Amino acid sequence: MKEKDTVGASIVLSGNEAIAQGAYEAGVAVASGYPGTPSSEILAELSRYGGIYTEWAPNEKVALEVVLGASFAGTRAMATMKHVGLNVAADPLFTAAYTGVLGGLVIVNADDPDMHSSQNEQDNRHYALAAKLPMLEPSDAAEAKLFLKQAFHYSELFDTPVILRVTTRVCHVRGIVKIESRETLSITPGIQRMPEKFVMLPGNARKRRRDMELRIQQLKKHAETCPENRIEWGDKKRGFITSGISYLYVKEAFPEASILKLGMVWPLPDDLIKKFAGSIDEVIVVEELDPYLETHVRALGVSCKGKELISPVGELSAASVRKAVLGPVGQQSIFDAVPLPQRPPTLCPGCPHRALFYVLSKLDVFVTGDIGCYTLGALPPLSAMDTCVCMGAGIGNAHGIEKALGVENTIGKVVAVIGDSTFFHSGITGLVNIVYNKGCSTVIVLDNRTTGMTGHQHHPSTGRTISGEKTKEIDIAALCSALGVEHVVTVNPNDLEKTEAVIRLEVNRREPSVVIAQAPCVLLPDMKALASGTRVISRTENCKGCKACLRLGCPAIEWLPWSDEQIPQGSKQKGISCINASLCYGCGQCAVLCKFGAITRTEAIDG
Amino acid sequence: MDKTVSILICGVGGQGILLASEVISGVCLKAGYDVRQSEVHGMAQRGGSVISHIRFGGKVYSPLIDPGTADFVVSFELLETLRYMHFAHEGSTFITNTQRILPVAVASGAVDYPKDILVRLRALPVQVIALDAFSEAKALGDARMVNMILVGALSELLPFGGELWREVLERRLPAKILPANMKAFDVGRAFVKKK
Repeated sequence: MKEKDTVGASIVLSGNEAIAQGAYEAGVAVASGYPGTPSSEILAELSRYGGIYTEWAPNEKVALEVVLGASFAGTRAMATMKHVGLNVAADPLFTAAYTGVLGGLVIVNADDPDMHSSQNEQDNRHYALAAKLPMLEPSDAAEAKLFLKQAFHYSELFDTPVILRVTTRVCHVRGIVKIESRETLSITPGIQRMPEKFVMLPGNARKRRRDMELRIQQLKKHAETCPENRIEWGDKKRGFITSGISYLYVKEAFPEASILKLGMVWPLPDDLIKKFAGSIDEVIVVEELDPYLETHVRALGVSCKGKELISPVGELSAASVRKAVLGPVGQQSIFDAVPLPQRPPTLCPGCPHRALFYVLSKLDVFVTGDIGCYTLGALPPLSAMDTCVCMGAGIGNAHGIEKALGVENTIGKVVAVIGDSTFFHSGITGLVNIVYNKGCSTVIVLDNRTTGMTGHQHHPSTGRTISGEKTKEIDIAALCSALGVEHVVTVNPNDLEKTEAVIRLEVNRREPSVVIAQAPCVLLPDMKALASGTRVISRTENCKGCKACLRLGCPAIEWLPWSDEQIPQGSKQKGISCINASLCYGCGQCAVLCKFGAITRTEAIDG
Repeated sequence: MDKTVSILICGVGGQGILLASEVISGVCLKAGYDVRQSEVHGMAQRGGSVISHIRFGGKVYSPLIDPGTADFVVSFELLETLRYMHFAHEGSTFITNTQRILPVAVASGAVDYPKDILVRLRALPVQVIALDAFSEAKALGDARMVNMILVGALSELLPFGGELWREVLERRLPAKILPANMKAFDVGRAFVKKK
C-alpha cells in the first residue's frame, strides 16, 4: 500500500503517476486496463492506493467494457491503455458514446510518437472525432492530473465518456505536481434499469444518436470558454495554435509569441480559433503526427501554415520547431558526429526466449511473431522472427500462410510465436480459428510467467492479481486442450536439445499443435535469487574459436580477437570467446552449445 | 537562477539511470526550482542505449534537451558518452564512467569498440571528469551502485548543499540499501571535490 502524500505538498511526479493521483483525487472507484508503453505505470501506481478497485484485464476491450459497467452502476471509472490498445477497445468505445454514462467515465489513451516502444505511431485524436467523444490533451504532469479530474466532471456534466489523450513525453516526463484531497461525490451507486439509455437496440440507439447531436452542440459551446483552451497573447506578428506536448516546445522556442493552447482537442472551439487567427499576421499550427488541428483550422477558412513546415513523422522538440519556422539557425555543434556501433535493445542475459529463438533459427522455419520482449528475437544474430504486426497477429498470420500456399508447402516450415500475456490478450481466438477451420499450424506460447516488456505485470496465468493477491491460475495447456488442440506439449526452452526435438516433431504434424515454452523471466525477483547460486565458467584454454556460442547473441558472451602475433603459426583460430561474469546470469545455454568444454556450468539452476 | 540548466544522463538500460534521474530532479524541486525530467520505458530499456533529460531553473518549458545545449553530460558508459556528446556545448562538463559495456555487435566480434574515447573527449573545449565507477561500486559491495557514485560526482558541481541530496536519498531509497548507497554517493562526491 502506498504512503499517501500530504495534501498541499508539491512533489515531482511522472505524468503517469500524476494521472494515478488524479484518479484517486477524482474519487474513481473502478479502474481497468492492459499494460502498454507508455501507459503501463498508471494502473500499477493506482493499485497501490487503498480503497480503489484496480485490475489488469486480459485486453483493452474487456477493460473498457468493465469500466463502462462500473459507470452504469453510478461510480466513477477509468480505463487505461496505449494507442493501439484503443483499436482493440474501439468496439465498445463507439457505442459507449451513445449510451453515455452515469458515473464519470474517462479513457486514458497514451500515444507513442516516434514509436519508442510501439509498432506504429497512429494519432488517436482521430478517435475523438470519429467516435464523437470529447478529448482533453494535457501538456505535462500537473495538467494531466488537472485535466483528468476535469474530464470526470465533463463526463457527468455532458453524459459522455471522455478521452484523456497523453503522449510518451507527457507520461514519462516528471514535473512538479500539487497534491489535493479526494473529492466527495454526490452520485449514489446502485443498479439502475435505464433501457432507453443502456440497451442500444436500433430504436433506442436512433434516439440516443439524436441526443448526441444535442450534446455535441453543448460541448462545442463549452469549448469556446472552457479553461482548457486559452490564448496567451504576445507578439502578434506570429502566432501558434498548438496542444499537448507541442505547446511546451513552442513556448521554449518562441517565448514571446502569441499562442492558442488547445486543451480540449475535440470538439474544437471554432470562434476562439477565428478570433485568435484574426489578430495574428502569420498563424502556424504546431502538432505532432497528423495535421489534425490544421485540417480543422483550414476548414474554418483560416489561412495557416502547418505540415509544410512541421514534420508529420515522429516527435517534435523545441529545436525542430525553431528550425521548421526560422530555418537552420545558430552555430553548428562543435562535436563531429562519428559512426558508432549501435546499441539496440537486446534480450537480457539468461532470457529463456533466446534459447527458443536459437532453436527456431537453427530449424530455419518462417516465424510469424507478435508483440513483446520476444519481438527482439527478430534482431541478429538470432534473426528468428519474420512477421510482427499487432497483439495476436502471429497466430492468424501462420494460418493464413498455410491456407494460401497449401499445407504441402508449409508443413514443417512455419510456426507462430506469442507471449503468455499476449496469448490471453488476443491469441485465443486465433487458435480457435485454426482448430475450427482445420488448420495445422503450430503455435509456440513463450510462457515466461509475466508480462515482461511493460514491467512485469501479472496476467491470467500468473496466479496473482494486480495487487499481488492470490487468484486462480489459468492453465494455458488445459485451455488449449479444451479448445480441441490435441497436441499440447510443455518444454523448458533452456533445454535446447529437447526443445529442438519437440518443435521438429510438432511443426511436422498435420494437426494443430501448441508448444508451451515455459521458463520464467530472469528479471522476476524469485529468479534473481535462484540465479545467485549458478555460475558459468569459461575455460578459455579449451576455446577453439568456433564462435558457436556467439550465435546466441548473448550480451554476456564476448569475443576477444587475437592480434596477428597471438595467432599460432598455421592456426585458423582468430580469437577466443569469454564469459563476462558481471553480465552472466548463469542460464547455461552457451555451455550446451560448446563442444570443447570451454564453457561449463557449475551448478544447475534447479539444483 | 533564471537560466535553465540542462543535465543529460546516458548509459545502458539496466544501469539505474531512471533512479539517478529521479533523485536529481527531487533535489531540484527541494531547492525551489521548476524541474522537468524525461525518460523512456518499455522496449527502449532492454539493454539498449538509454537517455534521460533533466532541466531545472526558474521556469522550464521543454522537457527535452536540444543538441548543443546540455550543460552537464553524465554518462554511465564510455561508448554512450561518445554517442550523446553532440548534446553538449563549449564549456560543458562531462562526467563519465570509464566502464565499457559491449554492444552485442561488438561482443560478437562483428565491429570494434571505438578506441581512445577519453582522448577524443579531452581534445574538446569541455571539462571531462572520468572515473571508474564500476570498480568503485564493486569495491563497495554492489556493482549496481554505479548510479549513486555518478550522482555523487554530479552533486559536487550543482548549486545544492550535500544535506539536500542526503535528504532526498533517504526519502527515495529503501532503508535496506540506503547506507551502502549513501557511501557510494559520498565516494562520487569526494572524487570530484579532490579534483
